[in-house]
Amino acid sequence: MKSLLPILTIVAAILVIWVLAVVPMNMHLTADQAQRDGLVVVPQTPLERQGYSGLGLSVANLGLIPLTYTLDRPRLPSPHQVAGEMWETIALRNVTSRQSLVYHGWVTLSATLVGFAIGTTLGMLLAVGIVHNRAMDMSVMPWAIASQTIPILALAPMIIVMMGQFGIQGLLPKAVISAYLSFFPVVVGMVKGLRSPDAMQMDLLRTYYASSSQGFWKLRLPASVPYLFASFKIGISAALVGAIVAELPTGARAGFGARMLVGDQYGNPLVTWAALFAAAITAAALVAIFTAMERLTLRRMGMAAA
Amino acid sequence: MTGPALISVLAVWAVGWFINARLAASHLADARIVRLLVPVIFGLTLLLIWELLVRMTGVSPIVLPPPSMIAERFAGSLPILWVDFEQTIVKGAMTGYVIGMICAFAVAVLADRSDFLTRGILPVGGFMAALPIVGIAPIFVKWLGSDWQSKAAVVAVMVFFPILVNIVAGLRDTSAMQRDLMRTYGAGYWQTLFKLRLPAAMPFIFNGLKIATTLALIGAIVAEFFGSPTVGMGFRISTSVGRLALDMVWAEIVVAAIAGSTLYGAVAWVEGRVTFWHPSQRK
Repeated sequence: MKSLLPILTIVAAILVIWVLAVVPMNMHLTADQAQRDGLVVVPQTPLERQGYSGLGLSVANLGLIPLTYTLDRPRLPSPHQVAGEMWETIALRNVTSRQSLVYHGWVTLSATLVGFAIGTTLGMLLAVGIVHNRAMDMSVMPWAIASQTIPILALAPMIIVMMGQFGIQGLLPKAVISAYLSFFPVVVGMVKGLRSPDAMQMDLLRTYYASSSQGFWKLRLPASVPYLFASFKIGISAALVGAIVAELPTGARAGFGARMLVGDQYGNPLVTWAALFAAAITAAALVAIFTAMERLTLRRMGMAAA
Repeated sequence: MTGPALISVLAVWAVGWFINARLAASHLADARIVRLLVPVIFGLTLLLIWELLVRMTGVSPIVLPPPSMIAERFAGSLPILWVDFEQTIVKGAMTGYVIGMICAFAVAVLADRSDFLTRGILPVGGFMAALPIVGIAPIFVKWLGSDWQSKAAVVAVMVFFPILVNIVAGLRDTSAMQRDLMRTYGAGYWQTLFKLRLPAAMPFIFNGLKIATTLALIGAIVAEFFGSPTVGMGFRISTSVGRLALDMVWAEIVVAAIAGSTLYGAVAWVEGRVTFWHPSQRK
Protein backbone atom coordinates (compact mmCIF):
# COMPACT_ATOMS: atom_id res chain seq x y z
CA MET A 1 0.00 0.00 0.00
CA LYS A 2 3.00 2.28 0.02
CA SER A 3 2.25 3.29 -3.55
CA LEU A 4 -1.24 4.52 -2.63
CA LEU A 5 -0.07 8.08 -1.96
CA PRO A 6 1.91 8.37 -5.23
CA ILE A 7 -1.07 7.01 -7.19
CA LEU A 8 -3.42 9.50 -5.56
CA THR A 9 -0.95 12.30 -6.30
CA ILE A 10 -0.83 11.41 -10.00
CA VAL A 11 -4.61 11.12 -10.21
CA ALA A 12 -5.02 14.45 -8.42
CA ALA A 13 -2.52 16.08 -10.80
CA ILE A 14 -4.49 14.81 -13.81
CA LEU A 15 -7.73 16.13 -12.30
CA VAL A 16 -6.18 19.56 -11.62
CA ILE A 17 -4.91 19.82 -15.20
CA TRP A 18 -8.34 18.83 -16.45
CA VAL A 19 -10.14 21.41 -14.27
CA LEU A 20 -7.73 24.16 -15.34
CA ALA A 21 -8.08 23.24 -19.01
CA VAL A 22 -11.84 23.69 -18.85
CA VAL A 23 -11.50 27.50 -18.66
CA PRO A 24 -9.63 28.22 -21.92
CA MET A 25 -11.36 25.38 -23.77
CA ASN A 26 -14.85 26.71 -23.03
CA MET A 27 -14.17 30.45 -22.93
CA HIS A 28 -15.30 31.24 -26.48
CA LEU A 29 -18.61 29.45 -25.98
CA THR A 30 -19.06 31.06 -22.56
CA ALA A 31 -18.36 34.54 -23.93
CA ASP A 32 -20.95 34.09 -26.70
CA GLN A 33 -23.49 32.85 -24.17
CA ALA A 34 -22.71 35.66 -21.70
CA GLN A 35 -23.18 38.28 -24.39
CA ARG A 36 -26.58 36.84 -25.28
CA ASP A 37 -27.46 37.06 -21.60
CA GLY A 38 -26.53 40.74 -21.58
CA LEU A 39 -23.23 40.58 -19.72
CA VAL A 40 -20.24 42.72 -20.67
CA VAL A 41 -17.70 40.81 -22.73
CA VAL A 42 -14.40 42.44 -23.53
CA PRO A 43 -13.90 42.15 -27.27
CA GLN A 44 -17.47 42.94 -28.12
CA THR A 45 -18.06 41.14 -31.42
CA PRO A 46 -17.69 37.37 -31.91
CA LEU A 47 -15.49 38.13 -34.91
CA GLU A 48 -12.96 39.99 -32.76
CA ARG A 49 -13.03 37.19 -30.21
CA GLN A 50 -12.09 34.70 -32.94
CA GLY A 51 -8.66 36.37 -33.00
CA TYR A 52 -8.09 35.60 -29.31
CA SER A 53 -6.79 32.31 -27.99
CA GLY A 54 -8.82 30.60 -25.28
CA LEU A 55 -6.26 31.63 -22.70
CA GLY A 56 -6.12 35.27 -23.90
CA LEU A 57 -9.88 35.57 -23.80
CA SER A 58 -9.96 34.10 -20.29
CA VAL A 59 -7.45 36.71 -19.05
CA ALA A 60 -9.51 39.46 -20.65
CA ASN A 61 -12.72 38.20 -19.01
CA LEU A 62 -11.72 37.01 -15.57
CA GLY A 63 -15.26 37.48 -14.32
CA LEU A 64 -16.65 34.90 -16.73
CA ILE A 65 -14.43 32.06 -15.53
CA PRO A 66 -17.00 30.51 -13.14
CA LEU A 67 -19.47 30.35 -16.03
CA THR A 68 -17.16 28.10 -18.07
CA TYR A 69 -17.98 25.28 -15.66
CA THR A 70 -21.74 25.47 -16.10
CA LEU A 71 -22.28 25.30 -19.87
CA ASP A 72 -24.94 22.89 -21.09
CA ARG A 73 -22.91 21.82 -24.10
CA PRO A 74 -19.28 22.51 -23.23
CA ARG A 75 -16.35 21.71 -25.51
CA LEU A 76 -14.63 20.22 -22.50
CA PRO A 77 -16.99 19.31 -19.67
CA SER A 78 -15.58 19.65 -16.18
CA PRO A 79 -15.19 16.53 -14.01
CA HIS A 80 -18.21 17.37 -11.88
CA GLN A 81 -20.43 17.67 -14.97
CA VAL A 82 -19.31 14.26 -16.24
CA ALA A 83 -19.80 12.76 -12.78
CA GLY A 84 -23.26 14.37 -12.57
CA GLU A 85 -24.28 13.00 -15.96
CA MET A 86 -23.02 9.55 -15.01
CA TRP A 87 -24.84 9.62 -11.68
CA GLU A 88 -28.02 10.63 -13.45
CA THR A 89 -27.81 7.99 -16.20
CA ILE A 90 -26.51 5.15 -14.05
CA ALA A 91 -28.20 5.53 -10.68
CA LEU A 92 -31.33 7.58 -11.27
CA ARG A 93 -32.74 5.90 -14.37
CA ASN A 94 -34.63 2.65 -14.59
CA VAL A 95 -32.13 0.07 -15.86
CA THR A 96 -34.40 -0.97 -18.72
CA SER A 97 -34.71 2.59 -20.01
CA ARG A 98 -32.90 3.68 -23.16
CA GLN A 99 -31.55 6.61 -21.17
CA SER A 100 -29.81 4.34 -18.73
CA LEU A 101 -26.09 3.71 -19.11
CA VAL A 102 -26.56 0.43 -17.25
CA TYR A 103 -28.78 -0.75 -20.08
CA HIS A 104 -26.27 0.32 -22.74
CA GLY A 105 -23.43 -1.11 -20.72
CA TRP A 106 -25.13 -4.49 -20.48
CA VAL A 107 -25.67 -4.57 -24.25
CA THR A 108 -21.95 -4.08 -24.82
CA LEU A 109 -20.82 -6.23 -21.91
CA SER A 110 -22.95 -9.24 -22.83
CA ALA A 111 -21.49 -9.29 -26.36
CA THR A 112 -18.00 -8.88 -24.89
CA LEU A 113 -18.40 -11.76 -22.46
CA VAL A 114 -19.97 -14.17 -24.97
CA GLY A 115 -17.24 -13.37 -27.48
CA PHE A 116 -14.52 -13.66 -24.87
CA ALA A 117 -15.81 -17.07 -23.78
CA ILE A 118 -15.86 -18.34 -27.39
CA GLY A 119 -12.49 -16.82 -28.25
CA THR A 120 -10.63 -18.09 -25.20
CA THR A 121 -12.10 -21.60 -25.44
CA LEU A 122 -11.10 -21.94 -29.09
CA GLY A 123 -7.74 -20.34 -28.33
CA MET A 124 -6.94 -22.80 -25.57
CA LEU A 125 -7.97 -25.77 -27.72
CA LEU A 126 -5.81 -24.57 -30.60
CA ALA A 127 -2.87 -24.02 -28.24
CA VAL A 128 -3.13 -27.61 -27.00
CA GLY A 129 -3.17 -28.77 -30.63
CA ILE A 130 -0.15 -26.63 -31.47
CA VAL A 131 1.90 -28.01 -28.59
CA HIS A 132 1.09 -31.62 -29.51
CA ASN A 133 1.32 -31.45 -33.28
CA ARG A 134 4.43 -30.16 -34.94
CA ALA A 135 2.82 -29.62 -38.34
CA MET A 136 0.11 -27.53 -36.71
CA ASP A 137 2.70 -25.57 -34.77
CA MET A 138 4.71 -24.74 -37.89
CA SER A 139 1.62 -23.87 -39.95
CA VAL A 140 -0.46 -21.83 -37.52
CA MET A 141 1.91 -20.26 -35.02
CA PRO A 142 3.57 -17.75 -37.40
CA TRP A 143 0.12 -16.51 -38.41
CA ALA A 144 -1.03 -16.21 -34.80
CA ILE A 145 2.03 -14.12 -34.00
CA ALA A 146 1.70 -12.02 -37.16
CA SER A 147 -1.92 -11.28 -36.31
CA GLN A 148 -0.71 -9.32 -33.28
CA THR A 149 1.03 -6.80 -35.52
CA ILE A 150 -1.99 -6.22 -37.74
CA PRO A 151 -4.95 -3.95 -36.90
CA ILE A 152 -7.47 -6.80 -37.26
CA LEU A 153 -9.99 -4.57 -35.51
CA ALA A 154 -10.50 -2.98 -38.94
CA LEU A 155 -12.42 -6.10 -39.95
CA ALA A 156 -15.18 -5.23 -37.48
CA PRO A 157 -17.52 -3.16 -39.71
CA MET A 158 -17.39 -5.77 -42.44
CA ILE A 159 -18.21 -8.66 -40.14
CA ILE A 160 -21.31 -6.82 -38.94
CA VAL A 161 -22.48 -6.25 -42.52
CA MET A 162 -21.59 -9.75 -43.72
CA MET A 163 -23.48 -11.39 -40.89
CA GLY A 164 -26.31 -8.93 -41.41
CA GLN A 165 -26.64 -10.22 -44.98
CA PHE A 166 -27.30 -13.66 -43.57
CA GLY A 167 -29.90 -12.19 -41.25
CA ILE A 168 -27.77 -12.44 -38.10
CA GLN A 169 -27.98 -9.30 -36.02
CA GLY A 170 -27.71 -8.04 -32.49
CA LEU A 171 -25.37 -9.68 -30.04
CA LEU A 172 -23.76 -12.37 -32.17
CA PRO A 173 -21.82 -10.31 -34.76
CA LYS A 174 -20.31 -8.21 -31.97
CA ALA A 175 -19.45 -11.37 -30.05
CA VAL A 176 -17.66 -12.75 -33.13
CA ILE A 177 -15.49 -9.64 -33.24
CA SER A 178 -14.74 -9.88 -29.51
CA ALA A 179 -13.99 -13.57 -30.00
CA TYR A 180 -11.36 -13.18 -32.67
CA LEU A 181 -9.74 -10.26 -30.85
CA SER A 182 -9.33 -12.33 -27.67
CA PHE A 183 -8.49 -15.53 -29.58
CA PHE A 184 -4.96 -14.70 -30.76
CA PRO A 185 -3.49 -13.38 -27.48
CA VAL A 186 -4.78 -16.52 -25.74
CA VAL A 187 -3.26 -18.84 -28.36
CA VAL A 188 0.12 -17.15 -28.13
CA GLY A 189 0.12 -16.96 -24.31
CA MET A 190 -1.13 -20.49 -23.77
CA VAL A 191 1.42 -22.01 -26.16
CA LYS A 192 4.15 -20.14 -24.33
CA GLY A 193 2.79 -21.40 -21.01
CA LEU A 194 2.41 -25.04 -22.09
CA ARG A 195 6.02 -24.94 -23.26
CA SER A 196 7.33 -23.26 -20.09
CA PRO A 197 8.29 -26.43 -18.14
CA ASP A 198 12.03 -26.84 -18.56
CA ALA A 199 13.97 -29.93 -19.60
CA MET A 200 14.70 -30.87 -16.00
CA GLN A 201 11.01 -30.99 -15.09
CA MET A 202 10.13 -32.97 -18.21
CA ASP A 203 12.93 -35.41 -17.43
CA LEU A 204 11.64 -35.87 -13.92
CA LEU A 205 8.25 -36.91 -15.30
CA ARG A 206 9.98 -39.31 -17.65
CA THR A 207 11.79 -40.95 -14.73
CA TYR A 208 8.36 -41.32 -13.10
CA TYR A 209 7.31 -43.15 -16.30
CA ALA A 210 4.49 -40.64 -16.80
CA SER A 211 2.53 -40.90 -20.04
CA SER A 212 2.27 -37.90 -22.28
CA SER A 213 -1.31 -37.22 -21.19
CA GLN A 214 -0.23 -37.36 -17.54
CA GLY A 215 2.54 -34.95 -18.43
CA PHE A 216 -0.03 -32.64 -19.94
CA TRP A 217 -2.48 -32.66 -17.03
CA LYS A 218 0.03 -32.67 -14.20
CA LEU A 219 2.82 -30.47 -15.51
CA ARG A 220 2.12 -28.54 -18.71
CA LEU A 221 -1.40 -27.38 -17.93
CA PRO A 222 -0.68 -26.11 -14.39
CA ALA A 223 2.49 -24.44 -15.68
CA SER A 224 0.49 -22.57 -18.31
CA VAL A 225 -1.90 -20.94 -15.81
CA PRO A 226 0.14 -17.77 -15.06
CA TYR A 227 0.63 -17.16 -18.80
CA LEU A 228 -3.04 -17.83 -19.41
CA PHE A 229 -4.13 -15.15 -16.94
CA ALA A 230 -1.80 -12.60 -18.53
CA SER A 231 -3.46 -13.41 -21.88
CA PHE A 232 -6.94 -13.22 -20.36
CA LYS A 233 -6.29 -9.68 -19.19
CA ILE A 234 -5.12 -8.60 -22.64
CA GLY A 235 -7.95 -10.52 -24.28
CA ILE A 236 -10.79 -9.12 -22.20
CA SER A 237 -9.82 -5.49 -22.80
CA ALA A 238 -9.37 -6.21 -26.51
CA ALA A 239 -12.79 -7.89 -26.54
CA LEU A 240 -14.43 -4.85 -24.95
CA VAL A 241 -12.80 -2.46 -27.42
CA GLY A 242 -13.97 -4.77 -30.21
CA ALA A 243 -17.57 -4.73 -29.03
CA ILE A 244 -17.54 -0.93 -28.70
CA VAL A 245 -15.99 -0.35 -32.11
CA ALA A 246 -18.43 -2.84 -33.63
CA GLU A 247 -21.25 -0.52 -32.60
CA LEU A 248 -19.77 2.53 -34.29
CA PRO A 249 -20.03 2.45 -38.07
CA THR A 250 -23.23 0.47 -38.31
CA GLY A 251 -25.67 2.72 -36.56
CA ALA A 252 -26.30 0.39 -33.63
CA ARG A 253 -29.00 1.75 -31.33
CA ALA A 254 -27.70 0.45 -28.03
CA GLY A 255 -24.35 -0.01 -26.35
CA PHE A 256 -21.48 2.21 -25.25
CA GLY A 257 -20.36 2.78 -28.84
CA ALA A 258 -23.85 3.83 -29.85
CA ARG A 259 -24.02 6.27 -26.92
CA MET A 260 -20.71 7.85 -27.93
CA LEU A 261 -21.98 8.25 -31.47
CA VAL A 262 -25.33 9.70 -30.34
CA GLY A 263 -23.59 12.27 -28.14
CA ASP A 264 -21.32 13.14 -31.05
CA GLN A 265 -24.06 13.51 -33.66
CA TYR A 266 -26.54 15.42 -31.52
CA GLY A 267 -23.86 17.76 -30.20
CA ASN A 268 -24.27 16.63 -26.62
CA PRO A 269 -20.73 16.10 -25.34
CA LEU A 270 -21.84 15.09 -21.85
CA VAL A 271 -23.41 11.91 -23.27
CA THR A 272 -20.18 11.02 -25.08
CA TRP A 273 -18.05 11.71 -22.02
CA ALA A 274 -20.29 9.73 -19.70
CA ALA A 275 -20.29 6.75 -22.09
CA LEU A 276 -16.51 7.00 -22.41
CA PHE A 277 -15.98 6.95 -18.65
CA ALA A 278 -18.52 4.19 -18.14
CA ALA A 279 -16.66 2.10 -20.73
CA ALA A 280 -13.38 2.84 -18.99
CA ILE A 281 -14.84 1.79 -15.63
CA THR A 282 -16.20 -1.41 -17.19
CA ALA A 283 -12.79 -2.22 -18.68
CA ALA A 284 -11.08 -1.52 -15.38
CA ALA A 285 -13.58 -3.71 -13.51
CA LEU A 286 -13.10 -6.61 -15.94
CA VAL A 287 -9.32 -6.44 -15.65
CA ALA A 288 -9.60 -6.14 -11.86
CA ILE A 289 -11.79 -9.26 -11.71
CA PHE A 290 -9.22 -11.24 -13.67
CA THR A 291 -6.40 -9.89 -11.52
CA ALA A 292 -8.24 -11.02 -8.40
CA MET A 293 -8.96 -14.44 -9.93
CA GLU A 294 -5.32 -14.72 -10.92
CA ARG A 295 -4.11 -13.93 -7.41
CA LEU A 296 -6.56 -16.36 -5.86
CA THR A 297 -5.81 -19.20 -8.29
CA LEU A 298 -2.05 -18.81 -8.13
CA ARG A 299 -2.16 -18.74 -4.34
CA ARG A 300 -4.23 -21.92 -4.27
CA MET A 301 -1.73 -23.51 -6.66
CA GLY A 302 1.20 -22.36 -4.57
CA MET A 303 2.57 -20.22 -7.37
CA ALA A 304 1.79 -16.79 -5.95
CA ALA A 305 4.54 -14.26 -6.25
CA ALA A 306 5.38 -13.08 -2.75
CA MET B 1 -23.38 -27.34 -49.31
CA THR B 2 -23.17 -29.24 -52.57
CA GLY B 3 -21.30 -32.54 -52.88
CA PRO B 4 -18.57 -31.60 -55.38
CA ALA B 5 -17.77 -28.44 -53.44
CA LEU B 6 -17.38 -30.39 -50.23
CA ILE B 7 -15.20 -33.00 -51.89
CA SER B 8 -12.89 -30.49 -53.56
CA VAL B 9 -12.52 -28.46 -50.38
CA LEU B 10 -11.64 -31.58 -48.41
CA ALA B 11 -9.22 -32.64 -51.14
CA VAL B 12 -7.42 -29.29 -51.08
CA TRP B 13 -7.23 -29.39 -47.30
CA ALA B 14 -5.90 -32.95 -47.34
CA VAL B 15 -3.20 -32.13 -49.89
CA GLY B 16 -2.08 -28.98 -48.05
CA TRP B 17 -2.03 -30.76 -44.73
CA PHE B 18 -0.23 -33.79 -46.14
CA ILE B 19 2.59 -31.60 -47.52
CA ASN B 20 2.93 -29.71 -44.25
CA ALA B 21 2.84 -32.85 -42.11
CA ARG B 22 5.57 -34.40 -44.26
CA LEU B 23 7.66 -31.24 -44.12
CA ALA B 24 7.26 -30.93 -40.35
CA ALA B 25 8.23 -34.57 -39.80
CA SER B 26 11.17 -34.52 -42.20
CA HIS B 27 14.76 -33.99 -41.10
CA LEU B 28 14.69 -30.63 -42.90
CA ALA B 29 12.08 -29.28 -40.46
CA ASP B 30 14.51 -26.93 -38.77
CA ALA B 31 15.86 -25.45 -41.97
CA ARG B 32 14.99 -21.81 -42.43
CA ILE B 33 13.36 -22.32 -45.78
CA VAL B 34 11.01 -25.00 -44.44
CA ARG B 35 10.07 -22.89 -41.44
CA LEU B 36 9.05 -20.22 -43.92
CA LEU B 37 7.46 -22.56 -46.41
CA VAL B 38 5.08 -24.36 -44.03
CA PRO B 39 3.04 -21.30 -42.93
CA VAL B 40 2.98 -20.08 -46.55
CA ILE B 41 1.53 -23.40 -47.74
CA PHE B 42 -1.00 -23.27 -44.90
CA GLY B 43 -2.03 -19.73 -45.88
CA LEU B 44 -2.33 -20.64 -49.56
CA THR B 45 -4.44 -23.68 -48.67
CA LEU B 46 -6.86 -21.50 -46.72
CA LEU B 47 -7.06 -18.98 -49.57
CA LEU B 48 -7.75 -21.77 -52.07
CA ILE B 49 -10.48 -23.21 -49.86
CA TRP B 50 -12.01 -19.74 -49.50
CA GLU B 51 -11.97 -19.30 -53.28
CA LEU B 52 -13.51 -22.73 -53.87
CA LEU B 53 -16.20 -22.27 -51.25
CA VAL B 54 -17.34 -18.95 -52.69
CA ARG B 55 -17.26 -20.14 -56.30
CA MET B 56 -18.86 -23.54 -55.84
CA THR B 57 -21.47 -22.99 -53.15
CA GLY B 58 -22.99 -19.92 -54.73
CA VAL B 59 -22.33 -17.55 -51.83
CA SER B 60 -22.83 -14.11 -53.31
CA PRO B 61 -19.42 -12.53 -54.04
CA ILE B 62 -20.95 -9.34 -52.69
CA VAL B 63 -21.20 -10.85 -49.23
CA LEU B 64 -17.88 -12.69 -49.30
CA PRO B 65 -15.63 -11.74 -52.21
CA PRO B 66 -13.21 -14.53 -53.22
CA PRO B 67 -9.48 -13.82 -52.89
CA SER B 68 -9.06 -13.48 -56.65
CA MET B 69 -11.62 -10.68 -56.72
CA ILE B 70 -9.86 -8.93 -53.82
CA ALA B 71 -6.50 -9.21 -55.56
CA GLU B 72 -8.05 -7.79 -58.73
CA ARG B 73 -9.55 -4.90 -56.78
CA PHE B 74 -6.26 -4.33 -55.00
CA ALA B 75 -4.30 -4.17 -58.25
CA GLY B 76 -6.95 -2.03 -59.91
CA SER B 77 -7.17 0.65 -57.23
CA LEU B 78 -3.55 1.17 -56.27
CA PRO B 79 -3.77 5.00 -56.62
CA ILE B 80 -6.72 5.20 -54.21
CA LEU B 81 -5.11 2.78 -51.78
CA TRP B 82 -1.88 4.78 -51.87
CA VAL B 83 -3.65 8.07 -51.13
CA ASP B 84 -5.55 6.42 -48.27
CA PHE B 85 -2.32 4.95 -46.96
CA GLU B 86 -0.64 8.36 -46.95
CA GLN B 87 -3.57 10.01 -45.20
CA THR B 88 -4.10 7.40 -42.50
CA ILE B 89 -0.76 5.72 -41.93
CA VAL B 90 1.80 8.39 -42.78
CA LYS B 91 -0.04 11.52 -41.64
CA GLY B 92 -2.32 10.09 -38.94
CA ALA B 93 -0.63 7.07 -37.41
CA MET B 94 3.07 7.90 -37.84
CA THR B 95 2.79 11.54 -36.75
CA GLY B 96 0.79 10.54 -33.70
CA TYR B 97 3.21 7.72 -32.92
CA VAL B 98 6.19 10.07 -32.97
CA ILE B 99 4.39 12.73 -30.88
CA GLY B 100 3.23 10.14 -28.33
CA MET B 101 6.70 8.65 -28.13
CA ILE B 102 8.40 12.03 -27.58
CA CYS B 103 5.86 12.99 -24.88
CA ALA B 104 6.31 9.63 -23.16
CA PHE B 105 10.10 10.08 -23.15
CA ALA B 106 9.82 13.62 -21.79
CA VAL B 107 7.43 12.64 -18.99
CA ALA B 108 9.46 9.54 -18.12
CA VAL B 109 12.74 11.44 -17.85
CA LEU B 110 11.10 14.24 -15.82
CA ALA B 111 9.41 11.79 -13.44
CA ASP B 112 12.53 9.68 -13.21
CA ARG B 113 14.21 12.12 -10.81
CA SER B 114 11.60 11.32 -8.19
CA ASP B 115 10.97 7.83 -6.90
CA PHE B 116 7.64 9.06 -5.52
CA LEU B 117 6.32 10.05 -8.96
CA THR B 118 7.62 6.87 -10.55
CA ARG B 119 5.71 4.73 -8.09
CA GLY B 120 2.56 6.65 -8.98
CA ILE B 121 3.06 6.62 -12.75
CA LEU B 122 3.60 2.87 -13.12
CA PRO B 123 0.18 1.71 -11.83
CA VAL B 124 -1.77 4.67 -13.23
CA GLY B 125 -0.11 4.32 -16.65
CA GLY B 126 -0.67 0.57 -16.69
CA PHE B 127 -4.31 1.15 -15.79
CA MET B 128 -4.75 3.73 -18.55
CA ALA B 129 -3.10 1.42 -21.09
CA ALA B 130 -5.86 -1.15 -20.49
CA LEU B 131 -8.71 1.30 -21.09
CA PRO B 132 -10.60 1.62 -24.39
CA ILE B 133 -8.90 4.92 -25.28
CA VAL B 134 -10.11 4.79 -28.92
CA GLY B 135 -13.36 6.14 -27.45
CA ILE B 136 -11.85 9.63 -27.24
CA ALA B 137 -11.89 9.77 -31.04
CA PRO B 138 -15.26 11.60 -31.38
CA ILE B 139 -14.10 14.23 -28.88
CA PHE B 140 -10.83 14.88 -30.68
CA VAL B 141 -12.53 15.00 -34.06
CA LYS B 142 -14.78 17.71 -32.67
CA TRP B 143 -11.86 19.69 -31.22
CA LEU B 144 -9.27 19.39 -33.95
CA GLY B 145 -11.40 18.99 -37.06
CA SER B 146 -11.84 15.95 -39.23
CA ASP B 147 -8.47 15.99 -40.99
CA TRP B 148 -5.41 13.99 -39.95
CA GLN B 149 -4.54 16.22 -36.96
CA SER B 150 -7.34 14.75 -34.84
CA LYS B 151 -6.27 11.22 -35.77
CA ALA B 152 -2.66 11.96 -34.86
CA ALA B 153 -3.87 13.26 -31.48
CA VAL B 154 -5.90 10.10 -30.80
CA VAL B 155 -2.91 7.95 -31.77
CA ALA B 156 -0.57 10.02 -29.60
CA VAL B 157 -2.77 9.47 -26.52
CA MET B 158 -3.18 5.77 -27.29
CA VAL B 159 0.53 5.03 -27.68
CA PHE B 160 1.59 7.36 -24.84
CA PHE B 161 0.70 5.10 -21.91
CA PRO B 162 2.20 1.76 -22.99
CA ILE B 163 5.42 3.50 -24.04
CA LEU B 164 5.55 5.56 -20.83
CA VAL B 165 5.06 2.55 -18.58
CA ASN B 166 7.76 0.60 -20.40
CA ILE B 167 10.28 3.46 -20.27
CA VAL B 168 9.66 4.06 -16.57
CA ALA B 169 9.87 0.33 -15.80
CA GLY B 170 12.99 0.03 -17.94
CA LEU B 171 14.77 2.91 -16.24
CA ARG B 172 14.34 1.10 -12.92
CA ASP B 173 15.92 -2.06 -14.28
CA THR B 174 19.53 -1.50 -13.22
CA SER B 175 21.00 -3.21 -10.20
CA ALA B 176 22.41 -1.34 -7.21
CA MET B 177 25.81 -2.79 -8.07
CA GLN B 178 25.78 -1.27 -11.56
CA ARG B 179 24.70 2.12 -10.24
CA ASP B 180 27.37 1.99 -7.56
CA LEU B 181 29.96 1.32 -10.22
CA MET B 182 28.89 4.49 -12.05
CA ARG B 183 29.14 6.40 -8.78
CA THR B 184 32.68 5.17 -8.18
CA TYR B 185 33.50 6.48 -11.65
CA GLY B 186 32.22 9.88 -10.44
CA ALA B 187 29.42 9.89 -13.03
CA GLY B 188 26.62 12.42 -12.53
CA TYR B 189 22.89 11.85 -13.02
CA TRP B 190 22.89 12.55 -16.75
CA GLN B 191 26.00 10.50 -17.45
CA THR B 192 24.49 7.58 -15.54
CA LEU B 193 21.27 8.04 -17.47
CA PHE B 194 22.83 8.04 -20.93
CA LYS B 195 25.62 5.55 -20.38
CA LEU B 196 23.97 3.00 -18.11
CA ARG B 197 20.26 3.30 -17.45
CA LEU B 198 18.93 4.25 -20.88
CA PRO B 199 20.84 1.48 -22.69
CA ALA B 200 19.74 -0.97 -20.01
CA ALA B 201 16.13 0.15 -20.48
CA MET B 202 16.17 -0.40 -24.25
CA PRO B 203 14.64 -3.92 -24.25
CA PHE B 204 11.70 -2.56 -22.25
CA ILE B 205 11.38 0.56 -24.39
CA PHE B 206 11.32 -1.41 -27.62
CA ASN B 207 8.73 -3.74 -26.15
CA GLY B 208 6.50 -0.68 -25.60
CA LEU B 209 7.29 0.70 -29.04
CA LYS B 210 6.32 -2.60 -30.67
CA ILE B 211 3.00 -2.80 -28.83
CA ALA B 212 2.35 0.80 -29.85
CA THR B 213 2.74 0.21 -33.62
CA THR B 214 -0.44 -1.86 -33.75
CA LEU B 215 -2.27 0.56 -31.46
CA ALA B 216 -1.28 3.46 -33.71
CA LEU B 217 -2.85 1.83 -36.78
CA ILE B 218 -6.01 0.90 -34.87
CA GLY B 219 -6.35 4.43 -33.52
CA ALA B 220 -5.84 6.09 -36.89
CA ILE B 221 -8.31 3.82 -38.69
CA VAL B 222 -11.03 3.75 -36.04
CA ALA B 223 -10.87 7.53 -35.46
CA GLU B 224 -11.82 7.99 -39.10
CA PHE B 225 -15.11 6.21 -38.46
CA PHE B 226 -16.09 9.36 -36.51
CA GLY B 227 -15.48 11.82 -39.28
CA SER B 228 -12.78 12.34 -41.86
CA PRO B 229 -12.16 14.11 -45.14
CA THR B 230 -13.13 11.99 -48.15
CA VAL B 231 -9.88 10.09 -48.02
CA GLY B 232 -8.30 7.63 -45.62
CA MET B 233 -8.44 3.94 -44.85
CA GLY B 234 -11.07 4.18 -42.12
CA PHE B 235 -13.20 6.45 -44.30
CA ARG B 236 -12.90 4.02 -47.23
CA ILE B 237 -13.75 1.05 -45.04
CA SER B 238 -16.85 2.62 -43.54
CA THR B 239 -18.19 4.02 -46.83
CA SER B 240 -17.40 0.85 -48.79
CA VAL B 241 -19.17 -1.22 -46.16
CA GLY B 242 -22.16 1.07 -46.58
CA ARG B 243 -22.13 0.54 -50.37
CA LEU B 244 -21.53 -3.21 -49.97
CA ALA B 245 -18.27 -2.91 -51.90
CA LEU B 246 -16.62 -5.48 -49.66
CA ASP B 247 -13.80 -6.23 -52.09
CA MET B 248 -12.59 -2.66 -51.49
CA VAL B 249 -12.81 -3.19 -47.72
CA TRP B 250 -10.69 -6.33 -48.03
CA ALA B 251 -8.18 -4.46 -50.18
CA GLU B 252 -7.85 -1.81 -47.45
CA ILE B 253 -7.40 -4.55 -44.86
CA VAL B 254 -4.60 -6.02 -46.97
CA VAL B 255 -2.97 -2.57 -46.95
CA ALA B 256 -3.44 -2.35 -43.17
CA ALA B 257 -1.91 -5.80 -42.74
CA ILE B 258 1.12 -4.93 -44.87
CA ALA B 259 1.56 -1.57 -43.13
CA GLY B 260 1.17 -3.13 -39.68
CA SER B 261 3.69 -5.89 -40.18
CA THR B 262 6.14 -3.54 -41.93
CA LEU B 263 6.04 -1.00 -39.09
CA TYR B 264 6.41 -3.74 -36.51
CA GLY B 265 9.23 -5.28 -38.52
CA ALA B 266 10.97 -1.92 -38.79
CA VAL B 267 10.85 -1.36 -35.02
CA ALA B 268 12.01 -4.93 -34.41
CA TRP B 269 14.89 -4.37 -36.85
CA VAL B 270 16.03 -1.23 -35.02
CA GLU B 271 15.67 -3.12 -31.75
CA GLY B 272 18.03 -5.81 -33.03
CA ARG B 273 20.60 -3.13 -33.88
CA VAL B 274 20.28 -1.31 -30.56
CA THR B 275 19.96 -4.21 -28.13
CA PHE B 276 22.31 -6.64 -29.83
CA TRP B 277 23.82 -7.38 -26.42
CA HIS B 278 20.57 -8.66 -24.88
CA PRO B 279 20.09 -12.45 -24.40
CA SER B 280 16.78 -12.39 -26.32
CA GLN B 281 18.64 -11.27 -29.46
CA ARG B 282 21.09 -14.18 -29.49
CA LYS B 283 20.75 -16.39 -32.50
